[in-house]
Amino acid sequence: MIAIPSRHRSLALFGMVLAAQVFLLAVQIRNQPRGRLLRVWSVSLISPLGRAGSWSVTHVRGAWNHYIILRDARRENDELRQEVADLRLRVQQLEARAADADRLAALLQFSKAHAETPMLAARVIGAGVDAASQIIYIDRGSRDNVRRNMGVITPDGVVGKIIEVFRDTSQVLLVTDKDSGVGAMLADSRIQSPAGGTGEPWLVLKYLDNDNKVEVGARVVTSGMDRIFPPEIPVGTVAEVKPGNPFQQIRVKPAARLDRLEGVFVLLTLQPLETQKEVPASPLPSGAPRESSPAAASPPKTAISGARP
Amino acid sequence: MIDAVEIRSPGETHIEVHKFYSGAVTAVVVLALVVQTLLPVYLRRAELLELPLLVTIYFGISRRNPSRGLLLGMIIGLLQDSLSHKPLGLNGMAKTCIGYLASSVGGRIDTEHPLSRFAFTAALMAVQQCVIVLIRRLLLAQPERFFSMRFLAAMGVNSVIAVALFALLDRLRKPS
Repeated sequence: MIAIPSRHRSLALFGMVLAAQVFLLAVQIRNQPRGRLLRVWSVSLISPLGRAGSWSVTHVRGAWNHYIILRDARRENDELRQEVADLRLRVQQLEARAADADRLAALLQFSKAHAETPMLAARVIGAGVDAASQIIYIDRGSRDNVRRNMGVITPDGVVGKIIEVFRDTSQVLLVTDKDSGVGAMLADSRIQSPAGGTGEPWLVLKYLDNDNKVEVGARVVTSGMDRIFPPEIPVGTVAEVKPGNPFQQIRVKPAARLDRLEGVFVLLTLQPLETQKEVPASPLPSGAPRESSPAAASPPKTAISGARP
Repeated sequence: MIDAVEIRSPGETHIEVHKFYSGAVTAVVVLALVVQTLLPVYLRRAELLELPLLVTIYFGISRRNPSRGLLLGMIIGLLQDSLSHKPLGLNGMAKTCIGYLASSVGGRIDTEHPLSRFAFTAALMAVQQCVIVLIRRLLLAQPERFFSMRFLAAMGVNSVIAVALFALLDRLRKPS
């Protein structure tokens, strides 16, 4: 057996550890899912501490705000905010129904088939430990019937989707992450295009060619084609439009305040939103990859279970 | 019991190795990960922080044992990967390199002075960024820029915080 000089042992160990991790990466690229066991262990270790930290911060801040500074006024303000949030959600629902008369039949069909789309209120208890990874952790998991690929929203708009579920915790990939995307369309012109994250605090509309006129300030809403989010949930507003080749470069400012997320709603449904009647095809630019199979239009439902965040 | 050891090797005057109270390393690593997950929820700018990296560097330059440094870096990196949705090994490899470099180079230069700690942290942040970008480009086929304004801001912020944090962590050292 070849003896390794002591001063080279750490270098040899360094090489072996790196080689082992290259192998680990290669295995993950070939096979999904990726290192589930290690993720469960580390989340199980960190999330109780994160939950305790979140609880402490909330209660210390709550005590300060409620009992020292404003007392009753603060509570009243919270109630009014909650009411405004509920009303905003309700207004979005009503606006969506009134916006397109052609879709009323489909909506009716849908509402008969799916009486409610239940939502679950959840508290944000942590964020990603890697700046390049735009994720958050919420305090709901498989015990609360949360499943992978469920949508996550706030009353303001789309937040992201569930990518990992643990017993009491779930991992949410924000829409602004590079690996994230949502089926979207322009609210006024009904032109569809997937909206993707960039790793920065905005989204881009990916496949709109230069023939489609897009105005700054135009509202972008979900199209429902991704089968995660019901149609008409706000995604954001167009913040910048530049001509490009072959597609325009369109930046969208997210509607949800992703930098101030403390409470969210999980859409507790994974069933595709299908209808009997096909929605008239929206103009999709030539050359753009189509999203998944057609789904029906439906406004966000408001049946909410659990405590409001 | 020996609390601080001086190692002499050819070409080096002496290397002072610091020891820590039992459980301090584990507690600091876990605390760093918890704070890293919790802080950005309440302070979005805190996502510029790289506490796991700072902890890896600190224990590397203090314990000055390359084998221990790289293993601690690997553990911290893999934990960081497992708390994100990125492939396991991305931060693992980067932190392994940082742990190895910090403990190897840390024994050869002065790492006690605040200015040298500032510069050393900035340099190792750049190294980590290069390693991550290379892994992404070569192994994961993901295009990634080497440097951006955001990275430069993070480098400045973390280097400043490193000076304060390292001084705080010095209190966990056993008196020599």
